[in-house]
Parts: sequence; C-alpha cells; structure tokens
Amino acid sequence: MDAPSPRCIDTTAPALLICEHCDTVHRRRPLAKGEVAECARCGAVLERCRGMRANALLALVLTALVVFVQATLWPIVTLGLNGQYVAATLWDVIHMMWLDHSQVVAVLAAATLFVFPLAKILTLGWLLAYARSGRRAPGFRPLMVALHHLGPWTMSEVFVLGALVSIVKAHLYFDVLPDPGIYAYGALMLLITVFAGVDLTRLWDETRDEDAGGAP
Amino acid sequence: MSALPRADELGLIGCHVCGQVCRAADTDGGDAALACPRCGSTLHRRKPAAYTRTWALLIAAFLMYIPANVLPIMRTASLGDIDDNTIISGVVELWVKGSPGLAVIVFCASIMVPMLKFLSLGTLLVTSRSGSNWARRQRAQLYRLVELIGYWSMLDVFVVALLTALVRFGFFSLVEPLPGVVFFGLTVVLTMFASMCFDPRLIWDGKEDSDD
Ligand SMILES: [Zn+2]
Ligand SMILES: [Zn+2]
Repeated sequence: MDAPSPRCIDTTAPALLICEHCDTVHRRRPLAKGEVAECARCGAVLERCRGMRANALLALVLTALVVFVQATLWPIVTLGLNGQYVAATLWDVIHMMWLDHSQVVAVLAAATLFVFPLAKILTLGWLLAYARSGRRAPGFRPLMVALHHLGPWTMSEVFVLGALVSIVKAHLYFDVLPDPGIYAYGALMLLITVFAGVDLTRLWDETRDEDAGGAP
Repeated sequence: MSALPRADELGLIGCHVCGQVCRAADTDGGDAALACPRCGSTLHRRKPAAYTRTWALLIAAFLMYIPANVLPIMRTASLGDIDDNTIISGVVELWVKGSPGLAVIVFCASIMVPMLKFLSLGTLLVTSRSGSNWARRQRAQLYRLVELIGYWSMLDVFVVALLTALVRFGFFSLVEPLPGVVFFGLTVVLTMFASMCFDPRLIWDGKEDSDD
C-alpha cells in the first residue's frame, strides 16, 4: 500500500497498560500493523494491532453470519443403511439428546453451538457497524461486557472436529457422507480463528460516545 | 521497586473486562463495590476468593471425572451385539478400526487435556499460595495454555450427540447416549469455570528474586 502506513495508536488512548495476567504496568508504545506487544514479565499478549479496519472486519462478520445460518439449517451428515438415507442437522442433534435423557448435553450443545455463537456474531456486527464511523452503538457498554464474558463458551470449532470423528466412527457400521452443513462449519471455523486474533478491547479507545462528545 | 512496577504497588487496578487503568488509592479500605468508570464492571485487585473457588470447582470437576471415565458414554448395537463404550474404549476402537490420527486427537482432547487441567491448576494453586519463586514464567505460560485448550475437551460430548442423532433419526435405536457423557460434559464445564476463577496475578505475588 502506498498510503501512509497505519500505526495503531491514537492520541486519545491512555498511556498506560496493565497486564491482566501478572499486574505489571507498561507504558504503551506505538505498534506497527500486525505487531503484538508482549508483557516483559510474564510474556502474555498485552495488545495487538489488527491489520484490519472496522469495515473489513464488519464484512467478515457478515460473512460469518451467512455461513452460520447455513451451518445451522443445512444437514451436517447423511447416513445410509440398506438403501435408506437420513440426514441430521444441528437441531436434530440437540432434539435427540433431549429425548434421550441427556438434557444436560442438549442444553450444552444448544448454548455453545447455537445461542452463544449467534449472539457473538450479531453483537460484533452491531458494534462494528457503528464503529466504522468511530461511533458507539446503542448499548455499547453492556454489549462489550457481554462479549467479554462470552469468551470461551462458543465451541463451533470443536463441533467440526467432533463431526469428523463421528463420520469415521459411524463408517464402521453405515455409509456416511458429509453434507454441506459440515463444510459451512469448516468455513465458520476459519472465520472464528480470524476473529480470535482481533483485540476487541481496542474498540473502547477507537470509538466515542455520541452524547458525551459534541457531535451534532 | 523493580524496573517492572506492578499496578498493585502503584495503587492502580486494571479492569479485566475493558483494560481501563483505574486509580485505587481512595479504596485501600477494601475491594468493596469499586466499579470501572468505563465499562461498569466490578474492579478487583485480585479475583475474589480465587483459591477457595478454584479448589472447590476443581474438586467438583474431579469428582465428576471419575464416573465420566468409569461409566460408559455410549451404547452401540449392531446385529444383536451390544457394546458399551467408555471414553477410553472409544479411543481404542478408533485406533484399531478407524484412523490412528483421529484416535490421537480424541485421546488428547478427552484424556490428556482434562488431566493436564487438574495437574496444572492444582500445581498453580499450591505454588502460588506458598508464594513460590519457582519457574514463574513457565507457570504463567501453563495457565494460558490451560485457558486456551480447555474447551476442546468437549469433543467427545459432541461426537456422542452427533452419532446418536444420526443413527436414531431414521432407523433403530442402534446408538444411545449413556450417563457417562453427561458427567463428562459437566467435568469440562466445571474445569472451565475453575480456570476462570483462578487469578494468574497470584503467581507473581510472592517475593521476587532479583537475579533476573
Ligand atoms: Zn504480564
Ligand atoms: Zn472496565
């Protein structure tokens, strides 16, 4: 790019950073694109400069939403026995566990594979849509806090691996075929990995409250 | 004071949720009801009752882990042959009949990762409480590793769920989930809560050597 190289520091950002893993206080230094600042005491990541602007990120989130809807609605695996074929979607899986006296598992699967990932994608999309112009979306504060707490409770990527293992196992008894749903999940897995590298706390520094600022 | 001052010594608190640096000077009376000015989350110098909570959750998780391994997690029936699978027999079956590569992955996710969590968190709790100086940086890395890979243990739960749904949906009750899988799911959730309740800042709270 011939544009001036983006540096991830803005004058409004506070000058100090505290490592959340060891409580060490660091002076913030400007990061080049893609650079990661590490804690000198414990080695944890302090902050990273994402190479992506809010626009690009938003496009990614919308893609993830489309892929997620497909992953949820399309069958994941088809199974054949004696010429009969059945396909199962995510909801069949959850429904079946509920009927089979494993309600705990059904609830876990519904939460970690449907409710939480969907909430994460929608929240991110909402926040980023406003962050594109440096604004804070309505509900910015509680939503950012909620996103933080959602942390490790979205498990779509584990499900992809689980589907793979299931296919191999079921293959011992039946004809099994992967369905489009599982490819959608695979794509979702890649997108999620990209999000994981994004330092969301930066949104706090990069956006302004409209009613606090003097915006018309 | 060392070259790397800690927030605690400077009267500062870092917000865990949004990263805001807050001044804590006016609250040396205790942690009670101090909220982050930016995001509104409660601020803690250290996570409250980290040792008690982490121990309690870890022990509960371990108690669940025993039936999770002893009880079968899934029943498969084919041609009148009823076969109850435990986590370990599932790994062996994959290794023998399917693919050894996947067997290794399942073994890591279902057996290695939970064991690693019990051992690491136990070690971290004991060494941090005694203010030990030993391998601090490595212990910090260990904690981050536990946080990063912990949820992959859910793999076997999803496998059982998927297989059950697949097979039951059309045909006969050839595959059935058994109670072991519920215990295993609870183990994973409880260990995840345990590692969240631990405060890695405690690793660094004892006296520090000045040789480095
Ligand atoms: Zn640190
Ligand atoms: Zn905060």
